[in-house]
Amino acid sequence: MSPTEVAPVLGVSGLSKSFGDHEVLRSIDLTVDRGKVLVLIGPSGSGKTTVLRSLNGLEQPDGGTVTVGGDFVLDFSGKVGAKQLAALRDRSAMVFQHYNLFPHKTVLENVTEGPLVVQRRPRAEVEAEALALLDRVGLADKRGAYPFELSGGQQQRVGIVRALALRPQLLLFDEPTSSLDPELVGDVLTVMKELADDGWTMVVVTHELTFARQVADEVLFLDGGVIVERGAPQQLFTAPREERTKQFLNRLLFPF
Amino acid sequence: MDWDLFWTSLGPIALGGLTGTIPLALSSFAVGLVIALFVALARISGIKILSALARFYISVIRGTPLLVQLFVIFYGLPSIGIVLDPWPSAIIAFSLNVGGYAAEVIRAAILSVPQGQWEAGYMVGMSRSVSLRRIILPQAARVSVPPLSNTFISLVKDTSLASLILVTELFREAQQVAAFSQQFMLLFLEAALVYWVICLVLSTVQSRVEKRLDRYVAH
Ligand SMILES: Nc1ncnc2c1ncn2[C@@H]1O[C@H](COP(=O)(O)OP(=O)(O)OP(=O)(O)O)[C@@H](O)[C@H]1O
Ligand SMILES: [Mg+2]
Repeated sequence: MSPTEVAPVLGVSGLSKSFGDHEVLRSIDLTVDRGKVLVLIGPSGSGKTTVLRSLNGLEQPDGGTVTVGGDFVLDFSGKVGAKQLAALRDRSAMVFQHYNLFPHKTVLENVTEGPLVVQRRPRAEVEAEALALLDRVGLADKRGAYPFELSGGQQQRVGIVRALALRPQLLLFDEPTSSLDPELVGDVLTVMKELADDGWTMVVVTHELTFARQVADEVLFLDGGVIVERGAPQQLFTAPREERTKQFLNRLLFPF
Repeated sequence: MDWDLFWTSLGPIALGGLTGTIPLALSSFAVGLVIALFVALARISGIKILSALARFYISVIRGTPLLVQLFVIFYGLPSIGIVLDPWPSAIIAFSLNVGGYAAEVIRAAILSVPQGQWEAGYMVGMSRSVSLRRIILPQAARVSVPPLSNTFISLVKDTSLASLILVTELFREAQQVAAFSQQFMLLFLEAALVYWVICLVLSTVQSRVEKRLDRYVAH
């Protein structure tokens, strides 16, 4: 085995971020091995989105390092240039809570935009791959549709395909189902389960505990910008060690 | 009402519209939009000196009468040795004017595109300028169609001011026939009618375009 296959796909160490004097992340450490799924849970404002956005360079942490694929290290304590952010984004791809599809482009164009314009891969290859991916999520017949013609669930599946088409090493999901009507959530979660089965390396912020239980290899509970507890889903959900984790899970399971 | 005069003068007036008013409005609008785009980008560049310059330019254009701007360029510049013909003077004045007004429209349109669109552009690997060009501006263009159409319609009417710097356009043709025939009421109403027809056509085109574009904008 080559060293890159042994090294984790994602390594985060000492990640910290403040907005003004509000410390949002306090020295976050985590690793995700190849083909593993990490689920982040935690109350609103705990910093889940900020962690994820940092992994795609959409937020600039004040300190800490992010390692992707073993060979690429980004140290946020120094000055981070556009080249390094581009390299980070070349390795990780994000699925947004509100989809953020390009409304003026068709489904197919949404998916091929990055591979064609940024990665400059040949059109025939890119389109064939995009159509195969759309077909996998049941949307091949929507290739010519515009986002406004799709349901939320369909838009989010396009969002997932757009991320996959970039051929990243790491997939990031920020509450991908939380803007969806309940009956549309299942389709998106099914696609994500299949991706996990296919061996994609994923970091997922979600409140879907059933999904987390079935798919996660590890769950992190974040509160106040600190990792309060981490463990296998079975352990963390059924026998949490920390009081704060217990309270959070209780509130999630029995909101009333 | 002297219908003979109405019909015989319609020819030169309409010709003045076709060879004066419309080309003047179109060329000034095209140049003005290019100016406006750069001024708008300067405004939102985050570079202090650029955005201050852009603000100053917009303030001067919006704070002074168009007729005065036109006179400064045509009658004023010769005293510092810059002599321009009527047409170039008119195009420069109207372009600068459109540049000032449309800059604010374009700036607002760019800012109206949700931040998530920039981020989606970055996510697929685009730089700031590529995101701007391929993701943000096409959406901003769609948002700007209604206000920019209004700017254009105003411009079409404002080009009548060019008659005062001797550009042969619709209103100058009407003035000339009026002076010759002494039928001021008839000729000026006729000129008004032709402007009105042009603007009605433009408004119809505008509402069609708006309906088609609205759907492709992130809300
Ligand atoms: N751009 C910003 N400026 C100032 N404060 C911010 C900014 N972005 C996030 N924050 C703050 O950082 C904290 C963490 O935000 P973050 O979005 O990461 O939380 P979260 O865990 O994703 O919450 P939620 O479950 O509500 O999505 C919050 O208190 C938030 O108000
Ligand atoms: Mg969040």
